[in-house]
Amino acid sequence: MDAKDILGLPKNSLPIPQEKKSRPPKDSQRKPDGISREVYALTGGLAPLMPAIDSSQLKKQPPKDEKITWQWLPFTNSARKDTLQLYHWVRVVNGVPPTGDYSFAKYNKSVDIVKYTDEEYEKYLNDPGWTKEETDQLFDLCQRFDLRFIVIADRFSSSRTVEELKDRYYSVCRAIVVARAPALGDISGNPLVKEPYNVSQEIERKRALSMVLSQTKHQERKDAEVLAEAKRITESRMAAKVAEESELPVPSNAGPESAERASFPGDTVSPSSNVQLPSATIASSALTADNASTLASLRMLRVYLRTYALDQMVQAASSSAGLRTIKRVEQTLQELGVNLKPRVPTKSVCAEHLELRKEILTLLNLQKQLQYKEAEGSSFRDCSYADTPSTPKRSNRGGDQDRTFVPDMSFGESCIIGISGERVGKRDQKRKAPGRLSEAPSSPAQSKRPRKLKASDL
Amino acid sequence: MSHSHLTISARKQGEYQSDDGASAAPKQPRLKFGKSAEDTDKKGANRRLKDVEICVPIVYGTIAFYLGRKASESQSHKWTVYVRGATNEDLGAVIKRVVFQLHPSFNNPTRVVESPPFELSECGWGEFEIAISLFFHSDVCDKQVDLYHHLKLYPEDESGPQSTKKPVVMESYNEIVFPDPSENFLARVQNHPAVIVPRLPAGFNLPDPVPIENLHEKEKGDTKDHPHSQWFMNFSEADELLKLAAARQQVQAHIIKLRRQLSMMDGLPQLSKPPTGYEFT
Repeated sequence: MDAKDILGLPKNSLPIPQEKKSRPPKDSQRKPDGISREVYALTGGLAPLMPAIDSSQLKKQPPKDEKITWQWLPFTNSARKDTLQLYHWVRVVNGVPPTGDYSFAKYNKSVDIVKYTDEEYEKYLNDPGWTKEETDQLFDLCQRFDLRFIVIADRFSSSRTVEELKDRYYSVCRAIVVARAPALGDISGNPLVKEPYNVSQEIERKRALSMVLSQTKHQERKDAEVLAEAKRITESRMAAKVAEESELPVPSNAGPESAERASFPGDTVSPSSNVQLPSATIASSALTADNASTLASLRMLRVYLRTYALDQMVQAASSSAGLRTIKRVEQTLQELGVNLKPRVPTKSVCAEHLELRKEILTLLNLQKQLQYKEAEGSSFRDCSYADTPSTPKRSNRGGDQDRTFVPDMSFGESCIIGISGERVGKRDQKRKAPGRLSEAPSSPAQSKRPRKLKASDL
Repeated sequence: MSHSHLTISARKQGEYQSDDGASAAPKQPRLKFGKSAEDTDKKGANRRLKDVEICVPIVYGTIAFYLGRKASESQSHKWTVYVRGATNEDLGAVIKRVVFQLHPSFNNPTRVVESPPFELSECGWGEFEIAISLFFHSDVCDKQVDLYHHLKLYPEDESGPQSTKKPVVMESYNEIVFPDPSENFLARVQNHPAVIVPRLPAGFNLPDPVPIENLHEKEKGDTKDHPHSQWFMNFSEADELLKLAAARQQVQAHIIKLRRQLSMMDGLPQLSKPPTGYEFT
């Protein structure tokens, strides 16, 4: 409607004289009556589910037959213990003042405190740590302050902690309830009986809460790290347990719970160990962490097969390696004439096998590093290299050793500019060195020499 | 089998005495002890020893004979599946019983062998996977170990008719490892030929072992004089160790070379002097 105005679009296809007819449909859009259009639009243009105020009430007028006057009258408050009389304005209808109690008296709620007799005290409530006077005072304060123990503790004559007061109060109530109940079954549902107050737990809980509250951001981050680490360890243990078909729920539930609980007392008991733990795990390489956690998870099993242990350790050692790398490791093993799975998996054989695999991984990583370095190197070499006519073979090591090369070939020195330099550089960058033992990357000097592209390079 | 690889490292030796009680208690809530806690009620005998690894080398597999003239369509081979000690010693001290799960086409495919030698013989014509479950004595472990073995009836080279004299043997070597054995188990098998027990520190006293019920002491459980023993394969770790050592040497040499190359490219001084000055001629 307005929008069309703004946009300059024609309002209605109906011509003006027909406006009167078009009004009823317009009216029906404006529901409900009594609320202006702008206010209605505030609600999003939708009617509320339940009308909050019946719009007809808004235009209502008080019934004409009633005569309303306002009078300054006295009143009493039943919630007060004294008989104080105060005055206030009262709406009088037809000369009849309103009846009933002061309207705010109903808000005066209080707690029902157990009241014990002296006999009951003698019989059930005697306690070495509490005198009768103290107990009476406690209950009196509880009554007065509606079980607001902080206030009660403050007002209490001797200095008792909030937990002590609570403990005394709840144990007295419990004893009374138990003593007065005709049968134990009646009160077994009573929360006082079902869950008695546990002082030590409460103290601990509050201390832990205040610890958490007063944690610095630094501490919070450390805790998060420790928990993440614990989670990782439990997860790796769980993986081992799934394979061994042992009961899962027990350790996996115990793990994170104990880690959480450990973090609470751990905060005060050994804050230093909390600091050390995350830094230690960060410092150690992922590899040894994996190995250690695998070993730990193996020890958790009651029995395992040597081959299973080897598989786990191999997996842990290759966890950082991709599938291609793992395939290359296996290829290398085969080239060396070693069985992928040892034929006689004794403890020492498995250990040697594992070490061999790790060494092969190191070897492959070094080869990759070397390739990257060479690729980097060739990108800033504009230059060429010594002009040797012969094209060196990308040969095996035997070839390397026979050639002499200039010992400290730093890239800055090779500044002879040749037109072929750039092209060769690019070619070097593109070449992909296959990671085979027999074709170890050649020494730097040789790779700098200009060489023709060979079919084997592609 | 040499025992040398199972000696305990020095730093752990001192922990035996003090560790036992401590290690047993926290473990209990997390891992179920199962029956062993109730059966052997002796206080000390049920304590578990950390860092003492008991190892039982076993060989399991099948041996199959072609029946030749006596063969029929449904029964062409007579085969035996077995679990034996790697040195043919009696496994009965460790293993209580073995369950062989055969192909469902067999009658009662679940065969239980209660005493050593743990083996089962049958006649058939087909190859299939046999599931072998090892159950241990109560003071050893309450969890079973499952092995799988493919029954091989037909030899690799299919040239010519099968011989009835030469069987088709397929064996696998493995070791059962108990990382935290109970004291009773340790005491029982300390000097048993089938079990590899690491050297315990001097002065370490084990209680007198409580004997297992139903241990077949009288019947021979070892397979030294087994009728098929002439066909048993020999598993020597020496060959494999040699090959592994040679391979490792090769790899290590390559690594050294690569490291040298890398450090040269960085312009850094070499970290290790080359054994032979082969690059400076």
